[in-house]
Parts: sequence; structure tokens; C-alpha cells
Amino acid sequence: MQLSREDLLEAYRRMRLIREFEDRVHEEFSAGNIPGFVHLYAGEEASAVGVCLHLDDRDRIASTHRGHGHCIAKGCDPRAMMLEIFGKREGLCGGKGGSMHIADLEKGMMGANGIVGGGPPLVCGAALAAKTLGTGGVAVAFVGDGGSNQGTTLESYNLAKVWNLPAIFVIEDNGYAETTASSWSVGGSQTGRAAGFGMPGVEVDGFDFFAVWEAAREAVERARAGDGPSLLHVRLSRYYGHFEGDACTYRAADEVERIKAEKDPLMLFRRRVREAGLLEDSDLDAIDREARERIARTVDDAKGAAYPTEADLLTDVYASY
Amino acid sequence: MPKKSFREAVNEALRQEMERDPTVILMGEDVAGGMGAPGEDDAWGGPLGVTKGLMPRFGRERVLDTPISESAFVGAAVGAAATGLRPVAELMFVDFMGVCFDQIFNQAAKFRYMFGGKATTPLVVRTMYGAGFRAASQHSQCLYNIFTHIPGLKVAIPSNAYEAKGLLIQAIRDDDPVMFFEHKAMYDEEAEVPDEPYTIPFGEANVAREGEDVTVVALGRMVNFANEAADRLEGEGISCTVVDLRTTSPLDRETVLETAEETGRVVVVDEAHPRCSMAADIAALIAQEAFDALRAPVRMVTAPHAPVPFSPALEDLYIPGPDRIVEAVREVHGYGRG
Repeated sequence: MQLSREDLLEAYRRMRLIREFEDRVHEEFSAGNIPGFVHLYAGEEASAVGVCLHLDDRDRIASTHRGHGHCIAKGCDPRAMMLEIFGKREGLCGGKGGSMHIADLEKGMMGANGIVGGGPPLVCGAALAAKTLGTGGVAVAFVGDGGSNQGTTLESYNLAKVWNLPAIFVIEDNGYAETTASSWSVGGSQTGRAAGFGMPGVEVDGFDFFAVWEAAREAVERARAGDGPSLLHVRLSRYYGHFEGDACTYRAADEVERIKAEKDPLMLFRRRVREAGLLEDSDLDAIDREARERIARTVDDAKGAAYPTEADLLTDVYASY
Repeated sequence: MPKKSFREAVNEALRQEMERDPTVILMGEDVAGGMGAPGEDDAWGGPLGVTKGLMPRFGRERVLDTPISESAFVGAAVGAAATGLRPVAELMFVDFMGVCFDQIFNQAAKFRYMFGGKATTPLVVRTMYGAGFRAASQHSQCLYNIFTHIPGLKVAIPSNAYEAKGLLIQAIRDDDPVMFFEHKAMYDEEAEVPDEPYTIPFGEANVAREGEDVTVVALGRMVNFANEAADRLEGEGISCTVVDLRTTSPLDRETVLETAEETGRVVVVDEAHPRCSMAADIAALIAQEAFDALRAPVRMVTAPHAPVPFSPALEDLYIPGPDRIVEAVREVHGYGRG
């Protein structure tokens, strides 16, 4: 299977939308326009998009604290997302979830998660539902390097294996669980852990969209064929702090700037498709412009939108009372 | 009407709902038993045989044995509920909530609210609770009070086999996550249970007995004890109303307040520890909303603020039994009468 010109444009479009979205959220948060806790995905775009390009409406994903990128990659509406992050009534979750619980089940996005390691058991369930109902769907758990050390994650590897579930665990290792280096906090290796549970696991360069796309293709095909779970250990970097407001004093002084200059995933993508003669700079520039304008509009809309009111406080607690 | 045990009533409810709706599945540790083992299939049917016979009828695809991984399989039940199934997960003993609580109270309970009303999580977690089995501190607790505290969860605590069948069918058909509590000492107790499926609505307490002098509000196994106490008190000329809460969330405040106002003398019986318990909750509700009708202080009959002991000699002292209910009713009945 090859990436068509349309696939390449779509891949770049989604990655650029995520970058633009996160850069603008960073800006707006710094200006005091966004309440609460916000965790940004900038720098990690190749992972969400490289995986989600293989998914369709049957498939489901669960995310982490750092969920905006997964939402956009899975097809959530950036405008409704921005309104949600601003806490507005017309937001994706009615302003009741916010950045850390942003979700759209209709799009198969089962939520960012405020609990580290909260997603993998849910993904086992979504995979079980797909298997039981015979939809042909798969389910993907995005997990940070921090979440990879939770018992819920390791239990889920085992359950997915013994139930032979169409599940994929994508460990997004950005080097730091909050301030703590994954080189210190992870005993053994992620792929070694996969092997320990009897499932295929590969390490992937998360700056390289094509590497992620290829590894995810194999894992998704395996799951769809009924051949059980897989793990991807995606090494990447986050450009901002653990949360907005994090001074990042635990990182090397020039770390992020060096990564941006040497291997930014969008830059690498552009270089690769240009050198291979697959896309023109003008195609990509147009996407950049379009993303900038689109996200700017979502921010304007979010600023102008109404907040929820007291009438919304007690709705949606139960389906029936 | 046929008599059936609490165990048979639960089994029948599960079987009938699985027959009716192909999206209903069961999962839990040894709910069939013998998975991958060389001997019998359906070896246990749950540790106390409650789900026996369901796997042979519905197959391993719908009756799933799990590894001992409560976080993973309870979480999987939550995820499956949010994506098209109606799972009934069995948390063998509620004491094991400590290794899966996150998936219940941070995930299942909050999906609907956090996602702006767009999630439906029709999950049932069946679980065993209660003292009296000489099962000691980590297999005997009540803990329903903790789940009752969490918005988004419903909590059902049936008091006999009839209640168990109707409340469990309601729980399975309900679109919200439900914690369903089965007292391990009640599985062999029999009651008249119709063969056909029926539901008992949540949030409607049952007035199990009507009396004039004292109102006893109870739940689960304590309803039986309250009835037993009421029988004995009848001989002393004290007549009791006994209210079976059925569900602690939603709570039938109206029936509690009406029956409290009718007698003005109230005893609340709860097998759990007293702090932050249903007993304290009901007492506070009555104190706040029915103060003028009270003719005596509300008395709580509960277990002590101590873990459940092992030795039969101690456990029998620990459980709030009919004797203590009789004593409490006599006290509130006599209050203010000189």
C-alpha cells in the first residue's frame, strides 16, 4: 500500500492543523484567555496523524492528557474543540470537559484522559465491542511514557493478548513524564515489555511521519485480520512544557530549539515529499495558509461564544433520573 | 408463584436479558471457570455458582472469563459499554474496588457529563458485599456508600430474591452505569419470584411493612433483620414501618420523609460503618427536612468504625443484627414518654 498524493496532502493538512491549533492555544493561554490545565501536542504530530490515517469510522482511539492532536487526527472539528477549551457552551463537550477530557464518541475519539493510564482498559473494551459486534474495527490506545508505567496499561497488554483483541498500544515517549525522564523511569524497554506479553512491538522514529505510518499500517492490518494486539514505541518530543506554565527547567537549555532545527516532523515531511517530487512547495504553503486562517477563525469564534449557564450545571449527569 | 433462591433469581435475570438482547455480555474472574484448563468447562460459574450454566448456553464469546486483572477488565467493560455493548462485569468481592475504582468513578461515572451528554455507558458491575461469611476484613465490607457518593453512578442493593431479579433487569436495561450489590450471605434465601422478566424501577423505595409507632429505614440484608425485629416488637405492642431503600442512588427521599413524618420516630439500619454512611445520610435528610415531625432523635444502627473481624465470636458482635434493631426501636419508641 502506498500513500497517494491525496493521502500526503491530508497527512500534512492534519499535522499542520494540529501545530497551528496548539501554537494558538499556547498564545491564548499565555494571554490569560484560557482557563484550567492545558497540555499541548506540538512536536508530536507525526504520531497521531501517522496512526489515525489508517483508521476509519469503525475505529476508536483513547487519548492522554495531551489529547488535542489525537482529536484532530481522528477527525474532530477544530472549531468545536477550540470552543471547548475556552469553556464555551457550544464546545465539543458543552464546556463541561475542557482540554483534559475532550472527546467526540461519534468520531470514535473516546476522550483525552485526566488519569494517566486511564485509556488502555477502555480501549480493550472498545476492541472487545468491535470484535463481539463484528464491525471490523480496531481500537488504539495512545499512552505517554508516564502512562506506560501504570498497572492499568500493563494489565491491558495482558488482557488484549489473552482475549486476542484488535487493539494497538501507541507509547508516545516524549522523554518526560512531567519532569521525570523516561530514560530513568521506564524499567526495561517498551518493546521488551511487548515481547513479554507475547505481542509484536517496534520502536519508531516519531519525528518521521513515514516511519510511523508504516509501523501503524502493519499493526492495524494485524488487528483487522484478527491476529491480536501490537505495540508501537514512538520516540518524539514535545515543544512546550508538560502543561502550559511549565518553565521546563528540567530540560537542556537548547534542547527544543535543536530538535526544531534538526528534525521537526513537519519540516522533515516537507523535505521528504519535495525531494521525492511528490508535492510542490506551493501545495504545502497553501495548506499552511489555510490552517492559519482556519484556526484564527476558531479562536475568534471561541472568544465571541457564550458560556454555559446555570441551566447547564446539572444536566448530563445521568441518561435517566 | 414459584420460590427461588437469590442465586437463582440473579442467574435467571442474566439469562433472560442475554436471551432478549445480544449485546448483553458477562465478564469476570471465573464467571464460567476452567478457561484454558484441562478439566471441566463452566467449572465454577462464579465463586458461589451464581452464573453457572450461562457459558454453556451463550458461549465463551458472551461469557468471558478474565485474568485476575480488575483494572483491565472492569475498564474494558466501561469501554465496551461506551461503544455498543451492555456488559455485566462481576467484581467478585466489592473489597476489590481498590484495584479498579478509577475505571468506575473517574471514567464510567463521568463520561456522560464530561462529554456534554454525548456518551451513554450502560454498564452493570455486579459485586458481592457484606459480613457473616467468616471471610474477614478484605472480603466482607459493604462500601456501597462510597459509590453512592459519586454522581453519575446508580447503586442498587436488593433485599431478597424477588427484588434481585427485578432490580438487576432494570440495571441491565438502564443506560447509566449501575453498581449492583449482592449480599454473599443471602444467596440461598428464597422468595416468590415470577418466571417472566420484570423490572423494579430505581429510586422507588419499597414500604415492606406498614406500622404506626416507629419507622425503620433499611437496605439490603438489613431489611430482613428489620422485619425480624419488627415481628418481635409486634408482641410488645410496638408496630413498625419498614422501608427498603432498594437503591441508594437515586434515593427515594419522598418515601423516607413521608414515612418518617408519619411516626415521628425513626431508626436507620445500615450494615456499613457509620461515618459518611447511608445511615448518616438518611438521618441528616430527616433532621433537615422533617425536623418538626420528629418526636425522638433519629437512631442509627450500624457496624462499628472497625474492620470486619475474622473470628465468629467477634464477627457476630460486629454485624448489626435484629437484637440491636429491637433495642434501638424500643429506645426511640419510649423517648419523651417519661
